[in-house]
Amino acid sequence: MPEHIVSRKLYFLICGILLSLTLLTWGVALINLGRWNIVLALAIAFSKATLVALFFMHLRYSPRRTQLTLVAGLFWLGILLLLTMSDYLTR
Amino acid sequence: MSTAPTAEVVRREENYLNVSYGIRSWLLTTDHKRIALLYLASVTVFFFLGGVFAVLIRLNLFTPTGDLVSAATYNKLFTMHGVVMIFFFLIPSIPAVLGNFLIPLMIGAKDLAFPRLNLASWYLFNMGGLIVLYSILSGGIDTGWTFYTPFSSVYSNTHVVSTIFGIFIAGFSSILTGLNFIVTIHTMRAPGMTWFRLPLFVWTHYATSLIFVLGTPVIAITLALVAAERLFHLGIFNPALGGDPLLFQHLFWFYSHPAVYIMVLPAMGVTTELITTFARKKLFGYSFVAAASLAIAVIGFLVWGHHMFVAGQSAYAAMIFSLLSYLVAIPSAVKVFNWTATLYKGSVSWATPMLYGLGFIGLFVMGGLTGLFLAALGVDVHVHDTYFVVAHFHYIMVGGAVMGYLGGLHYWWPKISGRLYPEALARFAAIVLFIGFNLTFFPQFILGYLGMPRRYHAYPPEFQVLNVLSTAGASILAIGYLLPMAYFIWSMRYGPAAGPNPWPATGLEWLTPSPPPPHNFDETPTVTWEPYDFPNRPDLKYPSPVVAVRQLGPTPQEE
Amino acid sequence: MSEAHSALAEQFRDLEQQREVASLGMWVFLVTEIMFFGGLFLAYAVARFLHPEAFAEASHHLNVALGGINTAVLIASSLTMALAVHAAQVGQRRALMGFLTLTAALGCVFLLIKGIEYADKFQHHLVPGSAFSFAGPEARPAELFFSLYFAMTGLHALHMVIGVGVVVVLLVRAWKGRYSVQYHIPIEVAGLYWHFVDIIWIFLFPLLYLIDIHH
Repeated sequence: MPEHIVSRKLYFLICGILLSLTLLTWGVALINLGRWNIVLALAIAFSKATLVALFFMHLRYSPRRTQLTLVAGLFWLGILLLLTMSDYLTR
Repeated sequence: MSTAPTAEVVRREENYLNVSYGIRSWLLTTDHKRIALLYLASVTVFFFLGGVFAVLIRLNLFTPTGDLVSAATYNKLFTMHGVVMIFFFLIPSIPAVLGNFLIPLMIGAKDLAFPRLNLASWYLFNMGGLIVLYSILSGGIDTGWTFYTPFSSVYSNTHVVSTIFGIFIAGFSSILTGLNFIVTIHTMRAPGMTWFRLPLFVWTHYATSLIFVLGTPVIAITLALVAAERLFHLGIFNPALGGDPLLFQHLFWFYSHPAVYIMVLPAMGVTTELITTFARKKLFGYSFVAAASLAIAVIGFLVWGHHMFVAGQSAYAAMIFSLLSYLVAIPSAVKVFNWTATLYKGSVSWATPMLYGLGFIGLFVMGGLTGLFLAALGVDVHVHDTYFVVAHFHYIMVGGAVMGYLGGLHYWWPKISGRLYPEALARFAAIVLFIGFNLTFFPQFILGYLGMPRRYHAYPPEFQVLNVLSTAGASILAIGYLLPMAYFIWSMRYGPAAGPNPWPATGLEWLTPSPPPPHNFDETPTVTWEPYDFPNRPDLKYPSPVVAVRQLGPTPQEE
Repeated sequence: MSEAHSALAEQFRDLEQQREVASLGMWVFLVTEIMFFGGLFLAYAVARFLHPEAFAEASHHLNVALGGINTAVLIASSLTMALAVHAAQVGQRRALMGFLTLTAALGCVFLLIKGIEYADKFQHHLVPGSAFSFAGPEARPAELFFSLYFAMTGLHALHMVIGVGVVVVLLVRAWKGRYSVQYHIPIEVAGLYWHFVDIIWIFLFPLLYLIDIHH
């Protein structure tokens, strides 16, 4: 797979979105939404992480096996978190 | 292979062993074959160290009163036996020795993807090993190899932090090995070597590497937190500070249960190679066996809670974990059935490696089926923490993993050393090992079922007969381990030359001379044939010339 | 591309294969890092589940402004790192050196601010151990919160220190002219690492500082 060169403009754009999302997550945290606070905070963090991975880390332009590597990592993290919490949530 | 340089045969062939000499050429090597031998040396040292602890344990249990050592010393003995055997022998044994040596050869590559990281992993392994040796020599550790909190984090007065530090460092060597294998298998296969032409040995090592990479970091952070609790009074696992000791067990077994599959998956890979070669048949259901390897690695991560059935986890979680534990039996059984079907109507020969292969299947089935007893919630309450568990996991780890390791060593020894070992003696050793193993560990199933708890240095007198049997078996087992060591060393100097493909087998590694040249292949091979295709490989003459060779004694040099 | 290059390692066919191998190797390593931090995130989730009030209470003692500024600093450093990779790809050596310098500098700013926060915690007796003091009935679980705070941000800071070290080494090598349009694998691979450390912080900031400030 030949090397893909991302334009500088796109990098600046992504950086701008990331900074705005940071402000957004801060703002949202100031409002009391009950348990939705944590959901929203994690959702925003997840979108930020996705942007960094896709563009800064070139995941979007990487071979399929590289993408699968990351998916596998997240899947196993999910196993660890979900199965352990299944114990705590049902005690 | 393609050229036949008659003039060059006269010149001594350059191989990875004679290409350079001296201690520096070994300690600074980046050749995966030499690093494999470095690992072989290290792992053997730790095996015998762990064996010494085992001998002391068995001697102490010779009498009901445990006369040899005090209870405190006994606690240290079984802890150090576990730590050394698991982290410094079983986990690295097949991957770091045989996997390191064979994976590049089997896929037609010149080396692993990261040769220097490979060497670094050996140094990390030894550094970790030395730190653990230091802990042992300066008084040992008594927490059990499981390091359960809060005993390990608060109450034990032994060398917990330094032992943990050693295991932490050695963990990085596992991670580097796994990372290296994954990247190598993905990117360095020779032209034509598609995924479904890979030897099963490579598939199982791929599955093993997944566990190395995904599991080892979790045990690393967990043990680091235990050390931090001791050093800085963090309270994450300490109930007195609001923490939760069960969290430690979750994190610990998230790695340590799959770690069992780190030990047994590579042994399954070895067994597959042995069964096909010595049955002269195509592997029955190749894709099923390959998929079963991955399935074991994945499902192996879903079952850890079965170590905690009586530890206080929720009943619902226990039920889920129990069900999931049963699932592992499916891919394991697929493998056993496929091996059996491969043997069916094969022309089976009883060479030494095959004895180990068949021994593996039998002992693994015993260990696996008793594992199902333990996965059943009700039965587990009865036999939890008894010798039944000890026998079960020794059938898997020693009967399974060590049998696979020794079988693999015997099978590839001609490739590694270029020499043959004395076949009759080797068969005798394999049989001694099998008998000794069963005599050691079968009585422990009965002991456990009758209620003898593990990790006690004394026991009621009615258990003595079975314990004496077990100790007697252990001494036979010890002979079975010492014999191969002796004749392997003997064969390095006096064994007859093996030739490139003594069995003969189908893998790419057998296309190279024995021992292989420094860069494995003069030109990268192109693979056009299917794996284990014995019927369509007329170039592989059988019955094996090696049988004839061995009856006639030393042969002229190869070619 | 398949011309022999002095940077081509002997086990590879060509630089293209070497680049793919290096990139995949770093991604696999990052997966091990996910699992490494994952253990801590799990510990955080369990402890927070067991002691929600104490965690909310304790998190009010963190300085949200400093945490927020640090988030912005890290995102900016990710931008400069990405621009450094871009400069390497198009062969602009001066720009490469400039962006690497900026990246390392922003990393140091992050660590400096983190240091100020840590010093503040020491002053207010919020570091777990015998000196820990916390008003209210839930002092023990609050100590647990700070245990996790220091473990998680400490491990992250350690990764930052390593990252800054790596960037400085790359800077020296770029200055010596080691990298070219054909060969800049180390820059790319280090970039992956740097962005990953940024991602960890993207999760740490809301989880530790933000989710309970409305209480």
